[in-house]
Amino acid sequence: MRITTTVNGARREVDDVWEGESLLYVLRERMGLPGSKNACEQGECGSCTVYLDGIPVCSCLVAAGQVCDREIVTVEGLSDQQGLHPVQQAFIECGAVQCGFCTPGLVVTAHDLLARTEHPTDPEIREALAGNLCRCTGYEKILDAVRLAADRLAADRLADIRAGSSGRLT
Amino acid sequence: MREFGYQQVSDVETAVATLATSADARYLGGGTNLVDLMKLGVETPELLIDVTTLPLTDISETADGGVLIGAAVRNSDLAANPVIRQRYPAVAQAVLAGASGQLRNLATTGGNLMQRTRCSYFTDVTKPCNKRAPGSGCPARDGEHHNLAILGASEHCIATSPSDLAVALVALDAVVHVREGDSARAVPLTEFRRLPGDRPDLETTVEPGALITGVSLPGLPIAAASRYRKVRERASYAFAIGSIAAAVEVSGGLVTDCRIAWGAVAAVPWRATRAEAMLRGKPVAIESFAAAADAELTAAEPLEGNAYKVALIRNVTVELLAELTGASR
Repeated sequence: MRITTTVNGARREVDDVWEGESLLYVLRERMGLPGSKNACEQGECGSCTVYLDGIPVCSCLVAAGQVCDREIVTVEGLSDQQGLHPVQQAFIECGAVQCGFCTPGLVVTAHDLLARTEHPTDPEIREALAGNLCRCTGYEKILDAVRLAADRLAADRLADIRAGSSGRLT
Repeated sequence: MREFGYQQVSDVETAVATLATSADARYLGGGTNLVDLMKLGVETPELLIDVTTLPLTDISETADGGVLIGAAVRNSDLAANPVIRQRYPAVAQAVLAGASGQLRNLATTGGNLMQRTRCSYFTDVTKPCNKRAPGSGCPARDGEHHNLAILGASEHCIATSPSDLAVALVALDAVVHVREGDSARAVPLTEFRRLPGDRPDLETTVEPGALITGVSLPGLPIAAASRYRKVRERASYAFAIGSIAAAVEVSGGLVTDCRIAWGAVAAVPWRATRAEAMLRGKPVAIESFAAAADAELTAAEPLEGNAYKVALIRNVTVELLAELTGASR
């Protein structure tokens, strides 16, 4: 079948897709977007987390046939021409990346948390990231990164308000 | 994984009729259990009928003062619904105690009630399992069973239902609405799932091919102060090793009405009717709560590896009832 969908703001069409294959497979193998990772492929680890119509889901559990005419944002879609998103930059600076396999999913999930909650508490961060498993870091540096990103996003918003612009909302 | 067909449908009648034409089709909700079982080879359907696109995504108020939750309502939307949070808080708490954000964003209400046990023998196709392969045996009784059933099990199966949501729903008198062939039927949740007996492969009392269309909760004033408490082996993102949904109505120092249900103790969400009967009319006191829990637990048949659950469920019951009533310890 032909899949027509919006990925990272661009209209994408892919032909000869088996409707039963996963969205994760479509993104990685058919659209050349390998950021989302295939770790457990059973919805347990969160490494494949993407936004589907603005809501984070495990893309390994979504069938290709389910995404026609829907909007997907992957980890590749979080940065813009100005550079990395503050969440991505904070992960680098805090050493929140070791093997890197869980990182794209954690970045998307942290991005979603900070879009909804400006100053999350530590328990809120832990609960929000519970569905993203990391076997390397012990999570401490990841928590550091989310706190740093939260501070910077809040500072950006304040600066934007003072400058009279609408600010970075996502 | 076996190759399978995928089909979207736009109405309930077509969904049920389509499933009936296939020897081995399944309804697909959020896919948070079925799809992973397919990847493990436990489920091998030839066709998936996507029921998330059916017009079953609303939560509406009913004439009796209750609510009707569409079967395709996502867990996240259910937990965030203002009416649910205000009138049936245990339901929202139970949903948020389960899975992770990414999974709750996909998982559906109907799918939650149909989810399969996480017994490690059921999910491992190299092992015998009477539920997955009838007659092959059950290694759990003499094997790993620390999170399996203490109530209502049989020599053939000691699996537990893993649902948090179902525990809150069964405590609050939920009714499951199903479509069977050409007719619609309403089944109290207390009667919807089967205990294993000698047929652990049969999990519900509805016809094969029946489709859940919704779950209703009655107008129930006691539910507004209901609460869900879950015990698990880490702080989040783990199945319960014991859980409870409860609500208590007190007048003049006596318990005038109550609802109690337990999770992770049986193949069904366990409505503790003996405990409820024991507690009604009794003084609000720790001794009353303990006696009620003990009355229910006289039926318990723990094994060596899960005997801890008897004390666990007793203690968490006493604790939650004390919290709900303000009884001093």
